Amino acid sequence: MILQTEHLTKTYESAGRKLTVLDDVNMAVEEGSTVAIVGPSGSGKTTLLGLCAGLDSASSGSVILNGIRLETLSEDKRAEVRNQYVGFIFQNFQLLPTLTALENVMVPMELRKQSNVRARAVELLDKVGLRDRAHHYPVQLSGGEQQRVSLARAFANTPKVLFADEPTGNLDAETSERIENLIFTLNREAGTTLILVTHNPELAARTNRIIRIRGGKLVND
Amino acid sequence: MKLSWLLQMAWRDSRKNLSRLLLFISSIIIGIAALVSIFSLGDSLSAEVDDQAAALIGADLEISNNKPIPEDIRKLIDSIPGQRSEQRSFTSMVYFPSNGGTRLIQVRALQGDYPYYGSLETLPASASSDFRKKRTALVDRALMLQFNAKVGDSIRLGNRGFIIEGELTGVPGQTGLAASVAPIVFIPLETLPETGLEQKGSRISSSFYFRMPGKTAPATERILERLKEAGINYDTVESRKEETARSFRDLSRFLSLIGFIALLLGCIGVASSIHIYIREKINSIALLRCLGTTSRQAFLIYLIQILAIGTIGSVIGVLLGTLVQQLLPLAVQDLLPVRIVPVISWRAMTQGLVLGIIISVLFALAPLASVRRISPLQTIRMGYQPQTSRDPLNLLIYALILLFVLLFTRMQLRSWLQATTFTAGLVIAFGFLALVAKGLMWAIRKFFPAGWSYMWRQGLSNLYRPNNQTLLLILSIGLGTALICTLLFIESILLQQVTLSSSGNQPNMVLFDIQTAQKDSVKQLTLSRGLPVNDIVPIVNMRLERINDIGIEDVRRDRSLTIQPWVFNREYRVTFRDSLTAAEKITRGTWRGRPDNGNIYVSVEDGYATRNGIRIGDTMTFNVQGTIMQTIVGSFRKVYWNRVQTNFLVVFPAGVLEKAPQFHVLLTRVPDVKTSAAFQQDLVRAYPNVSVVDLKLILSVLDEVLGKIGFVIRFMAAFCIITGLIVLIASVMISKYQRIQESVLLRTLGAGRKQIYIINAIEYFLIGSMAALTGILLAYLSAWALSRYVFEIPFTPAFRPVFIVFLMISAITVIIGLINIRSIVNRSPLEILRGEN
Repeated sequence: MILQTEHLTKTYESAGRKLTVLDDVNMAVEEGSTVAIVGPSGSGKTTLLGLCAGLDSASSGSVILNGIRLETLSEDKRAEVRNQYVGFIFQNFQLLPTLTALENVMVPMELRKQSNVRARAVELLDKVGLRDRAHHYPVQLSGGEQQRVSLARAFANTPKVLFADEPTGNLDAETSERIENLIFTLNREAGTTLILVTHNPELAARTNRIIRIRGGKLVND
Repeated sequence: MKLSWLLQMAWRDSRKNLSRLLLFISSIIIGIAALVSIFSLGDSLSAEVDDQAAALIGADLEISNNKPIPEDIRKLIDSIPGQRSEQRSFTSMVYFPSNGGTRLIQVRALQGDYPYYGSLETLPASASSDFRKKRTALVDRALMLQFNAKVGDSIRLGNRGFIIEGELTGVPGQTGLAASVAPIVFIPLETLPETGLEQKGSRISSSFYFRMPGKTAPATERILERLKEAGINYDTVESRKEETARSFRDLSRFLSLIGFIALLLGCIGVASSIHIYIREKINSIALLRCLGTTSRQAFLIYLIQILAIGTIGSVIGVLLGTLVQQLLPLAVQDLLPVRIVPVISWRAMTQGLVLGIIISVLFALAPLASVRRISPLQTIRMGYQPQTSRDPLNLLIYALILLFVLLFTRMQLRSWLQATTFTAGLVIAFGFLALVAKGLMWAIRKFFPAGWSYMWRQGLSNLYRPNNQTLLLILSIGLGTALICTLLFIESILLQQVTLSSSGNQPNMVLFDIQTAQKDSVKQLTLSRGLPVNDIVPIVNMRLERINDIGIEDVRRDRSLTIQPWVFNREYRVTFRDSLTAAEKITRGTWRGRPDNGNIYVSVEDGYATRNGIRIGDTMTFNVQGTIMQTIVGSFRKVYWNRVQTNFLVVFPAGVLEKAPQFHVLLTRVPDVKTSAAFQQDLVRAYPNVSVVDLKLILSVLDEVLGKIGFVIRFMAAFCIITGLIVLIASVMISKYQRIQESVLLRTLGAGRKQIYIINAIEYFLIGSMAALTGILLAYLSAWALSRYVFEIPFTPAFRPVFIVFLMISAITVIIGLINIRSIVNRSPLEILRGEN
């Protein structure tokens, strides 16, 4: 298993009340599989994704990513794990606005102290069809183009797991379809595990497995 | 992680924000410039003092005494080898026959070729030597201007008339300030007896100037040692150099503290700007964290940016400071005894650079520290607020800032107590301003005028909404205003005090140096002009020999004693009477107006007693012009020095000094300037040795002295104000990025340009006026404290000049605010909504 959660629980204090966002979630994801996490707004999908990706720490329970227990790690150690094994795609693309498309793709590799990062970044941009836009800033790119740069960046460090949070939520139908195809193609080629959070049933239907969540609990797998 | 990558990321992240970052750092440029210019000036002055050391006293050796030199000492002085000049100086009245003008001046009767180094600067230049041969006079340039006199006109000093040989424009070692207090007239020494001003009891100082052949001989050293024992002062080039350097160091330290305040103000601006900058960068930082950047790396990326712009800002500040340094001598020249030629000081430039970098980083650290706590979760949860608990690192940073301020001021002031007081004062001032700003925001929110028009409500609410600039601007503009207004208040209080001191029937003219034989006739002359004689006070000159068993030699030997050497070196002008005056109050002991059982009980001014550790019952042995007289301290008096009347450190009882050689002081009240001038003319003609000080003279001298000192302080305070304005401009421009969406939205919803202007005008007027008002309030409190505890005079501040400052600051704030909003108003809303800004 590339990812496992054991009795994963997340609570927040809000206005003096304890709010349980995730409640005793247990699941396991096989390496190379594609998984969609679906559920209504506020059901805990994004919290689950954040915890699994090591973006946040759980109130109790465990996340085991590639055999590493994340709850035992400091935030900086988790950052190392993210850099080594995790890729991200976000609904709002999340490119660094002051970096060019090429530089955005280079950053994860530079953080890993890889060599020859420029050539690899150009190659990745080429794969997503943006080689000629390499030196443009995010503000000079359309939404679809920004998400393609984001995709190139997500695969830059050949992640074990790719987490995608509503990857087509901000795009029109036509562009969404192109991005979805690209995600699944690149994922297949790299043999990466894909975990995506979506409201889109068609997108969810393209994965091997759908996990449904409601009120912080897994209701259907 | 490799440094090169961090540098690369810092560059990548900042390159699109360079202009904004430079705008942030512009706030410290002025502060650095102020400090570099003062440090450089200090170095220039040290170099000048070294170069012109001999010209500071105009000779190799100066021996001086504030009364005629006794015969035995004179013989000693005569035995010193080398060229010699002699000077006798005293205050007297000068009379300009061409227009009847009279004024109190300092007469310097000179013999010999003094100065041996430097020169008496005169117009024409030949006058400096001609007046000695032709037995004519050199008259201070300002004095000649005042009385519209020209070279070739005549003046009268005592019984003798003098032709003005030339205008005196500079005397070795003399500051412009000293010349304002007592303008100088040089005459040849051999003409002094003809003036009749050298009479017994006249307060004449004697000086001898020597030009030595080579180094001081051992025999001369021995003579100087004997002079010192006899209480005669002497100055060598070295000692004068040290003295000058020391007094300028005090001035330059004081000025550098004002510069430092400007720098601190700028730093607050930087901290605030960086805070906003980091807040805008949260998303990028969260994303970097998401991609695997550690909190330390993220922190370093932004620290490098601050370090880089701090260095750029400091370099600009250093260059500007070097330019400003060329102007600074214009501001301080009157306070300095040497002419300054500004030199480029690498030391000052390095100091400024290092200081700028340290302080910009130090102040940026607090907002930068928050970078460490930005969670990667913020990439998927926009509103996510990570840890709300206080960051302990912030406390450490604040402590570091405080420590830095303390250490810097300690370096300037060389005293822990003064440095701590200054730092505490600064913290209180900042705290007060911050409190007012917070209070204002709270009050507006609490008592929000819901019924007012939309534009007023919008303008008011801008003061407390998120991202408001209220605190920052009230701090920076407020502190600058406070400095300027404190100065204005103190100036007005001091000037008004002198005016008030002679209101009602209080005397406003003092006639002094009246000989005993002249007493009755001067009184008659006064009464015959219809003027009252408020008081005639006898004055006896004496020296203090011992307090209990302690004399000058003990004080010199044992530095731990509370008694200061000047207590024995000075000449005491003492009066005697059987009762206290209205300006005196006994604070301890008992006043005795007559000798008691053969004991002479004197009354001592309480401040003088406290400073020198004198207690009731102590004995004070005086030398009354040759007669040794032992007295007992019977009482301490509080003396109100702020009245035009004679006040004394020591008062003898009646029945002791009546037969001693003495002179008299007469107090009168003249109703107007015309009567005053006529009376002074009559007096100077009839009694040339009698000197007159009237209120008009005190006021004009005080006005001039305050003007000269005030100009320096204003010049430095201008740095604070300019910094405040730059912080204002920077804050307004930063807020532009925040307000842009709102203004565009308002325009999209149909708000006219005029409405947008009015909303912003209201907001900036409120900020500017509140900042100015708070600064004025702070100035009011500090001026009150200064007048109450330092000057010990009633607090009567003048509000008109301060009101003008208030209007100007408010107007400038509004103008800057409106200029800034213009660029938004003039662009199409669509252009901005598309995000092309």
